[in-house]
Amino acid sequence: MTKNQALYEYALRLGDTSLVLGHRLSEWCGHAPLLEEDIALSNMALDLIGQSRLMLAYAGTLEGKGNDEDALAYHRDARQYRNLLLAEQPNGDFGYTIARHFLLSAYLVTLYQKLTKSSDETLNGFAQKSLKEMIYHLRHASDWMLRLGDGTPESKQRVQESLDACWLFTDDFFDADAVDAILQDGTAPDLADIKTTWLVTVTSVITLAGLQIPATTNGFMRSGSRKGNHTEYLGHLLADMQFIPRAYPGTKW
Amino acid sequence: MSTDTKLITWEVFTQKKQGAAHEHAGSVKATDPKMALLNARDVYGRRNEAINMWVVPAFAITASTPEDVGPFFDPANDKLYRNPNFYKLSNTYKPVAD
Repeated sequence: MTKNQALYEYALRLGDTSLVLGHRLSEWCGHAPLLEEDIALSNMALDLIGQSRLMLAYAGTLEGKGNDEDALAYHRDARQYRNLLLAEQPNGDFGYTIARHFLLSAYLVTLYQKLTKSSDETLNGFAQKSLKEMIYHLRHASDWMLRLGDGTPESKQRVQESLDACWLFTDDFFDADAVDAILQDGTAPDLADIKTTWLVTVTSVITLAGLQIPATTNGFMRSGSRKGNHTEYLGHLLADMQFIPRAYPGTKW
Repeated sequence: MSTDTKLITWEVFTQKKQGAAHEHAGSVKATDPKMALLNARDVYGRRNEAINMWVVPAFAITASTPEDVGPFFDPANDKLYRNPNFYKLSNTYKPVAD
């Protein structure tokens, strides 16, 4: 694998995670528990879709086959997507969405912080811009983790169950492969470092919220997003997201 | 949308730039100041409208009533000398908020 191919894969991973997570959040539009939260979730969805545009456009350039961001977003199948598995999980209840967003935004904040020091100009610029957005996402999600964890017995139980369910997909965040190895020349951070920092961040909030870090001893963990091995939910999400551009190619509105 | 009685109304004031006055932007529902500020940010600050925000519980605001209009505000109408109309302003003067 050349460095260019590794960068292409890396850009897809970042872009696809933002796109799929942004799409999931956008599904809350019109359905959130209160109007202010509806606006907040839609707003965060737009941040993520904006981030994905930058990275998919970059991936298109690196690929060199004339694919723009739309071609990559709308004309790849699930097996070609490189988003983290947790990002594609269905919204569940509000607590599940919050737990998912909490774990993912803590990861993206840590990752983007490191990427602001990347020797690759595009990744560096992308991280500078996106970091501010993700710091807000983490603040919002952490705030709700505290409210739900420290709320009523029911809210506590439900958010704990969501956290446990989401935890299954967190090994996937750190599943370094040949792509990461090639980019260890100052382009991309070491995922083992990211894991250490991420764990400190999430542990402090989970503990403060009176919740338990999900047990991983003898626990099965799912990964495989970097090879395109997704859960069943991504295909359904893409069917929804890609329908218009596939049914009416080149359509404009 | 639920109507949770624990949610109260907060009035939101945004400052457009440093030195400018905070202006009323609207209101949000929230249970406490922290949530009110996050909600205010998402509703009134997401399009680059503000560099600073205040949130105030609506119940903390005391307002004049419509019936007060006469005694409160009318007497000012015929007293032009209360306005600084007869001073010349320097050409270089510019209000902070413009």
